[in-house]
Amino acid sequence: MELLWLIPALPLAGFVILALAGARMPRPLAASIGAGSVGLSALIAVVTAAAFFPDQRAHTQNLWKWIDAGGFSSDISLTLDALSVVMVLVITFVGFMIHLYATESMSGEKDGYSRFFAYMNLFVGSMLLLVLADNLLLLYLGWEGVGLCSYLLISFWYSDPANSRAAMKAFIVTRVGDAAMAVGLFILYKEFGTLRITEVMNMAAAQWSSGSTIAVAAAALLLGGAVGKSAQVPLHTWLPDAMAGPTPVSALIHAATMVTAGVYLIARMHILFTLAPQVRIAVAVVGATTLLLAGISALAQSDIKRALAYSTMSQIGYMFVALGVGAWTAAIFHFMVHAFFKALLFLSAGIVIDALHHERDMLRMGGLRHQLPLAFWCFLIGAASLSALPLISAGFYSKDLILWESLASANGSAWLWAAGMAGALCTSAYAFRMVFLIFYGKAQSEASYRIAVHSGLRTKAPLIILALLALLAGFLQTPESLGGISFFSAFISTALPSTPTIGTAMSEGTMQYLSGFLSLLGIFLAYIFFLYNPDYIRNFIRKPFGFALHCFLSSGWNVDRLYDILFVRPFIYAAQTNCRDIINLFFLLVALLHKGANRVLCASQSGLVRKYAFGIAAGAALILGVVALK
Amino acid sequence: MMTLFYISAAVALVSSVLAISRSNAVHALLYAIVSLLAVAMTFFILGAPFAAALEVVIYAGAIMVLFVFVVMMISSGPGAVQQERKWMDGRLWIGPSVLTIILVAELLSVMSASDVQMRSGPVVESKQVGITLLGPYMLGVELASLLLTAGLVGAYHIGKHTEKNPQTKDANHD
Amino acid sequence: MTNIPAEYGLVLAALLFATGLVGVLARRNIIFILLSIEIMLNAAGLAFISAGSRWGQADGQVMFIFILVMAAAEVSVGLAIVLQLFHRLKTVNSDEANTMRG
Repeated sequence: MELLWLIPALPLAGFVILALAGARMPRPLAASIGAGSVGLSALIAVVTAAAFFPDQRAHTQNLWKWIDAGGFSSDISLTLDALSVVMVLVITFVGFMIHLYATESMSGEKDGYSRFFAYMNLFVGSMLLLVLADNLLLLYLGWEGVGLCSYLLISFWYSDPANSRAAMKAFIVTRVGDAAMAVGLFILYKEFGTLRITEVMNMAAAQWSSGSTIAVAAAALLLGGAVGKSAQVPLHTWLPDAMAGPTPVSALIHAATMVTAGVYLIARMHILFTLAPQVRIAVAVVGATTLLLAGISALAQSDIKRALAYSTMSQIGYMFVALGVGAWTAAIFHFMVHAFFKALLFLSAGIVIDALHHERDMLRMGGLRHQLPLAFWCFLIGAASLSALPLISAGFYSKDLILWESLASANGSAWLWAAGMAGALCTSAYAFRMVFLIFYGKAQSEASYRIAVHSGLRTKAPLIILALLALLAGFLQTPESLGGISFFSAFISTALPSTPTIGTAMSEGTMQYLSGFLSLLGIFLAYIFFLYNPDYIRNFIRKPFGFALHCFLSSGWNVDRLYDILFVRPFIYAAQTNCRDIINLFFLLVALLHKGANRVLCASQSGLVRKYAFGIAAGAALILGVVALK
Repeated sequence: MMTLFYISAAVALVSSVLAISRSNAVHALLYAIVSLLAVAMTFFILGAPFAAALEVVIYAGAIMVLFVFVVMMISSGPGAVQQERKWMDGRLWIGPSVLTIILVAELLSVMSASDVQMRSGPVVESKQVGITLLGPYMLGVELASLLLTAGLVGAYHIGKHTEKNPQTKDANHD
Repeated sequence: MTNIPAEYGLVLAALLFATGLVGVLARRNIIFILLSIEIMLNAAGLAFISAGSRWGQADGQVMFIFILVMAAAEVSVGLAIVLQLFHRLKTVNSDEANTMRG
């Protein structure tokens, strides 16, 4: 347990070394430091988890006093409990896999190789600080750190201004959420005088009544931060554009880890959300809305990474639904499984993109399954897990747990369940649409003929490991009817409360049959529309209504345009109207006043002796007048 | 005694007014000397004979003579009076007169505010003045001598003619 | 012999002072300005004398002596300056001694 501090410290040390000396290092050294620090961190995480298993009490390691000013004190201290064990293991392990992959995939870069790994290490370090933090201020530090790294890495190829714009959009939209979260932290500090998470939650449970205004306010503001970071409606517009970064960045930051920080926050502060039922309902509604909006939009995407981005949004919507009904275990379980298969999908997509010389349009791909077998099988396994293919994929178990809880738990509702089921249909449809478009059918463009595959062990090994996990990780938690393994929920229940389930009209088994049927139906629909008879869709798009619908969906339901009209245009208008800066006039007035006074005084410096004498006499008259009139 | 006082006061006033309003510098100086003599008379009436003597000897006899010397030295010839008339504008007197009237009014009101009836006392002889001067006011005498030395040195140094005289009026325009 | 109310002396001093002040403010010729200053100094001395006479002490005359000394020193230095000014500006117009651009 003493090694707990090494887990975030090693990647941060890697960042410092690479930032200071990386440019002068040979590439293999930079790669070893970059990937090695995360790997070592993963190793220590495993050791720490193994030490944690026997007693499963929460351990805190206080490192040093960070701030002590005017009654406010905050420490750098790390806490380990079941929730953070899961998060740390996922972050370090998936992170290490992706770093390994990146050492080869980024080797084509002319410069910036070590810069990339420096930023990635900083990201992993900040994320680990976030999940290990004992108090909310340290958590916020990690929160901001990952936001910064997201910005830096999206605009990694900064010479293209579009990338910088995408990075700025990501930063600004998440900033809105971060500001809300900061206000929430202020409220919590003002109420409780401390920001340590356990103390805050105990005091909140003791002092605040359920549904009170202050609890709702604090929880709603924290939800604002989570929504921004996790790209849920309404702060979701940045994620599809964030795919401008390199593929490992998209895999690590925008699929597996950073975007799940919101899920972690809500799970960590679960008592706060339990005390504000309105906000908890809002969490579930936000999740349901996002999963439908993103799932439907993913059906119309042509860029492979944008489709995966919408898919990420949708899956995190599932996690939010689970959090909203109080199914904490299900949410974290799905987070873990999602990290595995989403990273797998992104890395396989990376292989495809690299092989086709940076071609990202799926409609120009086709028939690649013979030429890129590893990518094909990995992508297939990832898509199967994403669609929750019954029994054999990990996604089945995690998503089904969420669907079951959304229906059957004490706070569940049939509407959420129906949204989840519809989303499941969309998910399998778009997932296998991608499979069919990329790997089946005829090649749609010349690029498919000029394949260049340069992948070595460092690319293949992570993919194979992640594929295995995407298949097998589900067996940690299986429902009653299929074995009743509750290893995961037992583990998590030491940190998060377990959810009571009430019965419903439907039994769990029936629901599993239904969800399995839906996922297979989705595959079938994808086959019909995108492989068997693709011209049907093409002709539909050519018609005006079809074209409009296609544009509407592929732009993510035009939310960007909405925000442009609502927020951006008025702001630009106001800025241009105020280009002479009315507030500045006040300060100019001070200067003008002084100039005027100066002119008046200059007139008094005429240089004429008579005028000076007159001044003296007038002064004497004045003073005498004061004396005389008293 | 009162009539004598009134006459000398009137002479002093009138000659002062004339002194400041002449165009010819020498005329003005002569009128000023008359004014000083009238004031010396007033000193006599007020019982200060030593002061009166000093006034005539030093003020009218030395200082005004110095003025006359300097006027002689820098008189710019026949055009001087014309020039002086040109400089003295009628409108120029309005402002100063107004200010001075205000000042006088204030002074008189301040003076009349005290309602103690002040009648002057006995004559103060030179002997008494001498004893007071070289007794309690010894320090003042020393300081006065220092002042005179400073004036002497200063006047000599400033009034010296420098042969080169390189500077012109516009020398400070850098 | 000396039964003059002291106020009369003070009033005369005030009037003489005012006259000198008008002369300082209204004349352009430096010599006249200096002359008017002398008139003012004289008036101040008159005020001291009348005050000393009211109390019957020699202090008034002593002050007058000091004023006289000061006037002498000031006149000598002042006229020396006037000479220098005339030497440089070639005129006694006080307005010419002005290099200000205000």
